[in-house]
Amino acid sequence: MSLHFELVTPARLVRSEDVYMVVVPGGEGDFGVLVGHAPVMSTIRDDGALMVYKTEGAAPEEIRVRGGFAEVGDKGLTVLAEHVEG
Amino acid sequence: MASLKELKGRINSVKSTQKITKAKQMVAAAKLRKAQAGAEAARPYATRMASVMASIAGKVAGNDGAPKLFTGTGKDQVYLLVVATSDKGLCGAFNSNIVKAAKLKAASLAAEGKTVLFYLVGRKGRAPLIREWPKAILHYYDTSEVREPGYAEAEKIAGELVGYYDEGKFDVAHLFFSTFKNALTQDPTEQQIIPVPAPKVEVTATAGAAVEYEPDEDEILAELLPRYLKTQLFGALLENQASEQGASMTAMDNATRNAGELIQKLTIQYNRSRQAAITTELIEIIAGAEAL
Repeated sequence: MSLHFELVTPARLVRSEDVYMVVVPGGEGDFGVLVGHAPVMSTIRDDGALMVYKTEGAAPEEIRVRGGFAEVGDKGLTVLAEHVEG
Repeated sequence: MASLKELKGRINSVKSTQKITKAKQMVAAAKLRKAQAGAEAARPYATRMASVMASIAGKVAGNDGAPKLFTGTGKDQVYLLVVATSDKGLCGAFNSNIVKAAKLKAASLAAEGKTVLFYLVGRKGRAPLIREWPKAILHYYDTSEVREPGYAEAEKIAGELVGYYDEGKFDVAHLFFSTFKNALTQDPTEQQIIPVPAPKVEVTATAGAAVEYEPDEDEILAELLPRYLKTQLFGALLENQASEQGASMTAMDNATRNAGELIQKLTIQYNRSRQAAITTELIEIIAGAEAL
């Protein structure tokens, strides 16, 4: 089982893929999201970066977002961001 | 009867007009495809934003601490009409339809004794509204320098609107733009944007489970509201773009066809008078020969 991760900006759907884990820099601290995570809605700090782990133990991929918002639900993790850098 | 030379001149002038309308039609068709793709690409964000808003708005609805953008100022005296039009013409009744809808609303609000203000986006809506409501123009947002109004513009407009709202310049804001149905039909649409109406989205299954909010609901809502406003404005700008190109395409298609008909009519007239001239000349020669 893997986590479905979506990254969406107003202009387009940037990512839609299955990953192992994403570490989200939430407004009140970082948290890792694995499959089956309890539903959460959280703001994202502008100075943080999303760490995307494709598989267990793999080197994380860093995605910087501005004006972000994370939602964890049944369908996985959805990050709404106004701007994605890089 | 116009002379042959005159007719020829007219045919040529209509032909060059037809060239312009045909070129504009093809440009509009190409741009329409792009605008539609843009609108398509923006949809996932908008739908997700709406569903997040809906689920939070449902939770916060009864709270006293909800932000003013959501609950309103408690009055509805001053109405701000945000009218989004295009910067360029040659698109049929596209702009005038939007302006007409805004004028109707403004007149009915004024009849109710409300104060009406305008916030204009785009050049084409400016002249007719200033003429009728010279004192009610709060601000004109110039989009003529950017190629295509995008998210950056939506952000700026939303920022200014929220600023005016916080200053207490208006109580309710309505947005006027054109919804794109297809290349033939574009509907002028009115939408309330401030106070932000809770989106009507079916609450998803997650609503049953206890969702944890970080920080709490009110803070998230306060953060999301301006963003939601931006999304709505962005959506409206995109719809407007697609509508403008659609309207332009239809209008130019009609214009090209009309020009074609006119050319045909003028050509027939030209040939008839040419023939008439030849006949007269022949008759003159024959009559002259007979007289000898």
